[in-house]
Amino acid sequence: MNSTALIAEDEPLLAEALKAELAAAWPELQVLAVAGDGRSAVREALRLLPQVLFLDIRMPGLDGLGAAAELADSWPTDEAPMPQLVFVTAYGEYAARAFETQALDYVLKPVQPERLRKTVLRLQQSLAAQQQQARSVPSTADEVLERTLAQWREVLAAAATTGAQPPATAPLRMIAASDAGGSTVRMVPIEEVLYFEAADKYIRVLTASHEYLIRTPLKQLLTQLDPEIFWQVHRAVVVRSSAIEAVHRDEAGKLHLDLRGRAEKIPVSRLYSHLFRAM
Amino acid sequence: MSVGALPRFRAENIRGLLRHGLITAVFCCFIAAALAITQHGSWSAQMVYSLSIGLISWLFIDVGRLLISGHKEILWPSGPWGYLLVAAGVTVGFLAGNAIGDAWTHQPLLDFRSFTERRLATTIVITVTATVCMCFFFYSLGRSKHMRGQIELAQRNATEARLKLLETQLEPHMLFNTLANLRALIATDPPRAIAMLDRLNNYLRMTLSGSRALAHPLSAEFERLADYLELMSVRMGDRLSYVLDLPDELRGTPVPPLLLQPLVENSIRHGLEPKIEGGTVTIRAHQDAGRLVIEVSDTGVGLNADRPPAEGGGFGLAQVRERLSAVYGDQARMSLAAQPAGGTRTILSFPLPPRA
Repeated sequence: MNSTALIAEDEPLLAEALKAELAAAWPELQVLAVAGDGRSAVREALRLLPQVLFLDIRMPGLDGLGAAAELADSWPTDEAPMPQLVFVTAYGEYAARAFETQALDYVLKPVQPERLRKTVLRLQQSLAAQQQQARSVPSTADEVLERTLAQWREVLAAAATTGAQPPATAPLRMIAASDAGGSTVRMVPIEEVLYFEAADKYIRVLTASHEYLIRTPLKQLLTQLDPEIFWQVHRAVVVRSSAIEAVHRDEAGKLHLDLRGRAEKIPVSRLYSHLFRAM
Repeated sequence: MSVGALPRFRAENIRGLLRHGLITAVFCCFIAAALAITQHGSWSAQMVYSLSIGLISWLFIDVGRLLISGHKEILWPSGPWGYLLVAAGVTVGFLAGNAIGDAWTHQPLLDFRSFTERRLATTIVITVTATVCMCFFFYSLGRSKHMRGQIELAQRNATEARLKLLETQLEPHMLFNTLANLRALIATDPPRAIAMLDRLNNYLRMTLSGSRALAHPLSAEFERLADYLELMSVRMGDRLSYVLDLPDELRGTPVPPLLLQPLVENSIRHGLEPKIEGGTVTIRAHQDAGRLVIEVSDTGVGLNADRPPAEGGGFGLAQVRERLSAVYGDQARMSLAAQPAGGTRTILSFPLPPRA
């Protein structure tokens, strides 16, 4: 059976080059589409459901990491297994080193045939294993999905943290935030914060009774929070774990959280749903 | 270089003071020897007088100068205080030195009552001349040392700035993506690959050597921008278009090399690269009331969205501003504004050099 792939790369010549190198290294691979930005990559991937995704990290609109996180949530797992993820990156960009140490798949630009052949071999093995498992023991589909999600989590975490500053030595105790009006800076003790939500250029800081805004990127804020106390449950949301009251699953299988002290429901990304599996 | 208050008697100053003392002592010995030979006096008496006068003057002046300005960068009192200090030093040294000498020989050397006496006048002239010479000598020595330090510091700053400029211009992401594109073109479109390689060649040569030249014609600046934009448009394909508009009469105007490069880079990196459909960069030059006005504008995402405050963009602008003010002082203007239709526009202007 032929395998299928999608390439997301904003530089047209490089997309063509990757396609040509893939044709040489893996003639049976069918490239279904080439997307020039993150949004159309997500759209096309959901329409075509390829088995392999080559994602350029730096793309206009939505970057490769964002595209992957969005796909993790909206991939129809009952129609097709989640795709194999391969990041495409230029020197010095994000996580080339981190990927290397974790033996994760990535392709360096300019594409080197030797390196690409190794990646192709690994992809072929994973796909074969995936198909075999699905055929022989159908009940393990959930486990396969869980494994794939774990792998995606690892890739995304590796890519996301290398760009950020080294972790702060002491966890954050007070947050200097502007209130919704923006004219006053409020000192908010970390104990009062129930969750953080990234919105556009800001992060909303929510306590039981108030909302504040800070400008620190979420990636950087995460390095200053105690991971035991604050859990990332979504690409844009970090919650105080002790404030979680209940976890609901809707008809579509999506998880939502109820927090003590807040009325709104907090969405949980599929990537982080492992945190809430019943014991 | 601005330093806060330093300790007056820091090790470096004490070392300088002792060095001066040693030189003064040697100099005094020479004077004593000369006097002993010419006036046929006693060697030991001449030595005592000379060393006493010299060393007391030295101690007074050198300690005085440290007390007055040892905590500052220039270790010499400014204005009349310097002269006053020397005058006071000479007087104190002369009187106290004579007293010590007289005590040594048990008889007064000079008769202070008859000022016309040749001996008194000679001694005063020798003392004053020697002291002024020594002070001037030490003053010049300190001054040239200070100047040397300033020059070294300036050179170090310049080297650092050039290194930083190079780092931003030879940004690995840009370089490796360009090489990746070149590699792709070699297989598919060799003539275009050659053209791209030539552009890259020009760009690298300019970046590596040009940052050292003081000025080049505006036409050369525009050609280098064309090289860069052409390289970027190979990479970005249809997403990038550009307009370069340089009137003929401004072609020869000298400008600092690669002055505009950071602005164009910012337009692409922060304006057009994050925009899905891309856009246009426009660089125009015109003259207005004896001033050269250069405008760099783009139709990118604008100032607010995706413009990380510390990531390169800040350095680019700061660098352009710094270079402008280094060359044109407060005659240079630079403004950055969001355009009403989206995108940003930077306008530079500075006086045109008078026509030859």
